[in-house]
Amino acid sequence: MARITSSLYTSHIPAVGAAFDLGKTHEDYWKPVFAGYDFTKQWEKAHNPDVIFLVYNDHATAFSLQMIPTFAIMTGPEFNPADEGYGARPVPTVIGHPELASHIASEVIQHDFDLTMVNEIDVDHGLTVPLSCVFGEVKQWPCKIIPFAVNVVQHPVPSGARCFALGQAIGNAIRSYPEDLNVQIWGTGGMSHQLQGPRAGLINKEWDNKFLDLLIDDPKALAKMPNIDYVREAGSEGIELVMWLIARGAMADVAGGPKPKVVHRFYHVPASNTAVGHLILENAA
Amino acid sequence: MSLDKEFKEIPGTVIFDAEQSRKGYWLNQFCMSLMKADNRNKFKANERAYLDEWKMTEEQKQAVLSRDLNRMMALGGNIYFLSKIGATDGKSFQQMAGSMTGMSEQDYRAMMIKGGRKIDGNRKIGEDGDAQRPAKD
Repeated sequence: MARITSSLYTSHIPAVGAAFDLGKTHEDYWKPVFAGYDFTKQWEKAHNPDVIFLVYNDHATAFSLQMIPTFAIMTGPEFNPADEGYGARPVPTVIGHPELASHIASEVIQHDFDLTMVNEIDVDHGLTVPLSCVFGEVKQWPCKIIPFAVNVVQHPVPSGARCFALGQAIGNAIRSYPEDLNVQIWGTGGMSHQLQGPRAGLINKEWDNKFLDLLIDDPKALAKMPNIDYVREAGSEGIELVMWLIARGAMADVAGGPKPKVVHRFYHVPASNTAVGHLILENAA
Repeated sequence: MSLDKEFKEIPGTVIFDAEQSRKGYWLNQFCMSLMKADNRNKFKANERAYLDEWKMTEEQKQAVLSRDLNRMMALGGNIYFLSKIGATDGKSFQQMAGSMTGMSEQDYRAMMIKGGRKIDGNRKIGEDGDAQRPAKD
């Protein structure tokens, strides 16, 4: 059967992708950001997943106001990096896992989560920046990736409670897939940031770290936090953090198993307008 | 069920909800068109003529022409859509975000390096923080 071996959480800041693509990772400004992923690069090589279920949001790239799916699972075979207005990032095409993705969609929809299924889509920095942070510069991504997009652009966006419950359903669906696969689930976005208005530049270090503490130790309590608290305390774009609860909901302890082990935790301010947060939780083998 | 009114009580912030989305539909869709190089060139060659091809209000067009991002947000724009205008102009997200705060680019960058804007005084309209200044409209 497929196994969820760990969950990984990270910001997906576009400027980090640009720094990476323009060879600026050794500049003083960027060094501490990328240093936060040094451990991760080695860890990921050692853990070598077959598939990553990657939760992210589209930033008005593939989904305009023509269509705004709340939850979309990408069931297609491959996805190209999008041109977000600066030209497409020079990173590999993302290879999907249509069989597992279709299985998850089928299971989760029958458990009352009404997903949108997407077969053709270009993926933006929300998906490719985390891959660059973890895998570095590669000719091809070393595993298959199932992109999963959440609307965090137009309110109302799904609540933390809904995301956490969805994560549980996704976890159960993955664990019921008959092939023996090593699966990781990633939650991306955040941490505190606001990109608009006179309050732009907001960072709330204390809140972010409390969020990380609760995500590790008491995700059930964290899932009860209303959306207004994210927006007020972590900025209008800090609401992206609800997506981390999808990944957290898929971990073994939420389904009655043992607590995950924290193998890496990192926090840094700033990258461009944003607080960078990064966490890895491993399920017991 | 409309959104909790507390969303409207956050200073210096426009919540992009279904109502703003309806108001800003064509403004945002115009922005989306700038993801194609041909359209960026057409827009750059004659901004007014290109804007006139869209069902935007005159106020929205003026806000685009003057690159007033706070005004565009008030008129239904969303920052992820509006950022396509910034990309067309060769501006980074930090330059765009900073331009909405009334700070110089240098001061905004320096604020971020020092840890960003503080939350204290900036949770609710009427407190004493530095984001209480109303948007320019």
